[in-house]
Amino acid sequence: MIKENFEPIIGLEIHVELKTKSKMFCGCNADWFGKVPNTLCCPVCLALPGTLPFPNRIAVEWCVMLGLALNCDIPVFSKFDRKNYFYPDLPKGYQISQYDKPFAINGSLETNTNQPINKLTNQQIRKKIRIRRVHMEEDTGKLLHATIDGAKCTLIDFNRSGMPLVEIVTEPDIRSSEEARIFLKKLHQIIRYIGISDADMEKGSMRLEPNISVRKFSRNKNQSPNKLKLPNYKVEVKNINSFNFAKKAIDFELDRHISILEKGEVPAQETRGWDEKKGITYTQRTKEEAHDYRYFPEPDIPPIRWTKPQISKLKAQICELPDKKIKRFIKDYKISEYDATILTDELETADYYENSIKYQVSSKKYKGITPKIIANWIINKKTDITKVTPEKLVNLISQKQQIVQMDDKELEAIIQKVLKANPKAVADFKSGKQQALMFLVGQVMREAKGKAEAEETKRFLSKMLN
Amino acid sequence: MDLYKLTITQASKGLKEKKFSSKELTKSVLARIKSIDKLVKAYVTVDEENALHKANKADKLLMKKRADNPLVGIPFALKDNICTTDIRTTASSNVLKDYLPIFNGTVAKKLKEKNIVLLGKTNMDAWAHGSSTEASDFFTTRNPWNLGRLPGGSSGGSAASIMSDMTIGSIGTETAGSIRQPSAWCGAVGLKPTYGRVSRYGIVAMGSSLDSPGPITKTVEDAAIVLNAIAGFDPYDATSSPKKVENYTKDIGKKIKGMKIGIADMYIESSQKNIQEKIYQAIEVFKKLGAKVKNVNLVDPQYAISVYTILQRAEVSANLARFDGIRYGYGRDKFGEEAKRRIMLGTYALSTGYYDALYLKAQQIRTMIVEDFEKVFKKVDVIIGPTAPCTALPLGSSKTSPMFGEVQDILAEPSTISGLPGISIPCGFSDGLPAGLQVIGPQFSEKKIIQVAHAFEQETNYFKEKPKL
Amino acid sequence: MTNDITIEKVKYIAKLANLYISDEEAKTLSKDLSDTLDFINKIKLLNTKGLKPTSNVTGLENVFREDKVSSSLTQEQALSGVSNHYKGYFKVKAVLEE
Repeated sequence: MIKENFEPIIGLEIHVELKTKSKMFCGCNADWFGKVPNTLCCPVCLALPGTLPFPNRIAVEWCVMLGLALNCDIPVFSKFDRKNYFYPDLPKGYQISQYDKPFAINGSLETNTNQPINKLTNQQIRKKIRIRRVHMEEDTGKLLHATIDGAKCTLIDFNRSGMPLVEIVTEPDIRSSEEARIFLKKLHQIIRYIGISDADMEKGSMRLEPNISVRKFSRNKNQSPNKLKLPNYKVEVKNINSFNFAKKAIDFELDRHISILEKGEVPAQETRGWDEKKGITYTQRTKEEAHDYRYFPEPDIPPIRWTKPQISKLKAQICELPDKKIKRFIKDYKISEYDATILTDELETADYYENSIKYQVSSKKYKGITPKIIANWIINKKTDITKVTPEKLVNLISQKQQIVQMDDKELEAIIQKVLKANPKAVADFKSGKQQALMFLVGQVMREAKGKAEAEETKRFLSKMLN
Repeated sequence: MDLYKLTITQASKGLKEKKFSSKELTKSVLARIKSIDKLVKAYVTVDEENALHKANKADKLLMKKRADNPLVGIPFALKDNICTTDIRTTASSNVLKDYLPIFNGTVAKKLKEKNIVLLGKTNMDAWAHGSSTEASDFFTTRNPWNLGRLPGGSSGGSAASIMSDMTIGSIGTETAGSIRQPSAWCGAVGLKPTYGRVSRYGIVAMGSSLDSPGPITKTVEDAAIVLNAIAGFDPYDATSSPKKVENYTKDIGKKIKGMKIGIADMYIESSQKNIQEKIYQAIEVFKKLGAKVKNVNLVDPQYAISVYTILQRAEVSANLARFDGIRYGYGRDKFGEEAKRRIMLGTYALSTGYYDALYLKAQQIRTMIVEDFEKVFKKVDVIIGPTAPCTALPLGSSKTSPMFGEVQDILAEPSTISGLPGISIPCGFSDGLPAGLQVIGPQFSEKKIIQVAHAFEQETNYFKEKPKL
Repeated sequence: MTNDITIEKVKYIAKLANLYISDEEAKTLSKDLSDTLDFINKIKLLNTKGLKPTSNVTGLENVFREDKVSSSLTQEQALSGVSNHYKGYFKVKAVLEE
């Protein structure tokens, strides 16, 4: 629990590996995961002398599309830069990235919060997290630490080298670990919606790096919270491969920072790793490193200049995103926000739902089946959408419904039977205990073996009891 | 007949007319290498066996009249920074001493597809850092006109090999002056194409925004023939131009009457008196040919030295970062003095606190120089001037200053910074050493500068002079 | 004109550039760098206000390749340049981590 006078300041850096067919700057197959080491490499991604990068159009367009989906501005002019540093997994000795002219800037993403629903508006309180930038870069090779013949060494596989990577950087607008988790889930959902990445955390195609610090809380309500001075330190945590771990790592860090701050000290600015087994973070590189990336414009790649029609075309390629879809589902299909949210969680489910409705409407045989009923089947009966086609689902519902159409007399008979068998519940109800009614409904439905409909049963029961 | 003395044009004709075979031609050149390369030291590697094998192959094509281009069966030398799968590629550096590439650079690939006979790879300043070939990690190449003199560089091995008849055709690379200056010092023809006209893929990178491979040959026509073979867009080089390749031999022999030729006093005055004399004589030749000579004003080339030094060192510092000994070659401890100096200065220029004052400023002045040329080329078709400030200097001269190369290349730097093409041709001799004249044109004006250079060459006949070895 | 090259600075830059420099070399380099800087610092005198930087003279923009897969090298080819490899991986001395 965060003590009242401290306020968490959290920003996120997220790396997403795109699922293009080929790598970012060469034609090597991008499907590298789980492949034999160093079999998906070419002179370019191994950085052999004389090789040059040739940018992948789709990767660049997808980066811009993600920027658009995150409500960013797309600057007309953009370019690649070289980021210079040495590490064995970086074959060129520099990473092609973007420095001062990224593809997308100044965006935002609105998320639900974990705060209780506002009683006046009856709506979930929403929060806008600002996106500083979305830029394109290339991935590095993978290092493996081993001991061979008694000597510690590092092994390198360059299959991942040169994979297209998009980096999303938020402003430090996040104020709790749960907010961070919600934001990340939402971002993950959007990335999967646009279909540019599997964003599979386990395979490392989505990587999270929270930047965490804590400041003394100010209660001055007139001041915009984003204008307050940020703490003079920041801790970056790496190696996180799930949303829950991100939440835990943030919580761990917040506690650590507060206990240091309470002693009147300031936590060290550093990069820490996350140990998922122990549930703790640890100092990652104690070796003092010279950090000066010496960015300069990549001379091997001509700059990029967008025209308005090009941007509109990319915008048009973005499918309807979850927030919009939820609103439309509620309005068009008269389902609850809760149901709409579940149905739109993944694009496949949302499409499946709509395809089912389309089939129901077009075939005209299934007049009794409403979108609400279909939603109910998908959500509550956990229909396996990978096995049951929308047509099959509608047929199935229709069959079940025909059975459910038991006539009133049949239902009355069952109710009579249940009332006789449960005199205490009947007495309770008559003495004013409303719960007794629900108990009886349950009993009737059980007796009817799924043929009775809850609302209908309740209506009949109430009538017969009175 | 000494076959090794032939130009590409002559050799190609002889091969087609079956006066001799490619094998005979190749053997003649190989014998020449054997007899004099111990003096000139132009080659890092000579591969006799491979060359004879390729000559046989070319002869078969020639026999069947399948020779579809003028380079079939022509012996060639490539600068040793152009990757070749059959011959190690060292960039004359200890780091890559034993490096055998697994792919051919685009220039090498294109020439091999034309069925040239690759003789070997020529010496250079290590990593192309220099203008003397003294900065080679292996040995210094000598000037064929005077073995006590430098051949210039960095493509010194290519220029020396062509002028000592140890090859029929050769390829060099230029970042600023590295084709033109050694050509001038050795009396060869050196053509530095527009940046982006010839692919950089597979050429050990020096200054990525400047590097241009190009021919070093015995005649202007040879240079045009070679450019025809190597120019064009490359799907492996995003900075290569998609512009259609012209036929560069097309305007050869056309009169230059009425052509507007610019001269900049500042350029001529940047060279020594003996060079200036030759240039003034050359101007008279052009006038005689009917060209209109006009004075033009250009930004002081002194500034180009600084701009070039900063941009090139910065790019070098990043380009040499990949040499860590992990995937190929030896480690960073094998870098020579000059490479270290350049990496250090480039690293400094890009580091926090200096970027704006050095790198950014240099890029802004680059804009100024680019615009300057654009303005001048509205008034004249080409600009002529000295290629280098002096004739070949004695061995050891490069060790006197860390800026030796930059100062030697002062007259190539402004045009290379702007990506312009230039060709150097001999324009006379001073104390037995050749002097070079360069013709610079707007971007993609190779056809025109070739036409102008050819007219001068044919009028003056300096190209017929050969060093006595 | 002056510059701020010192032996310490040379050593720091060498570290950034991943070069090993001996004390002796640091001395020579600091002189060479200092001379070069004095020379190139001349450009500081030029007024470049309002001038756009040029990093590419080709005038090319938006140069992309289509997203198509082409063949990669074999593992043997990929490792052909070095002797230091192990079971298909490139091998280096242990890097500092944790």
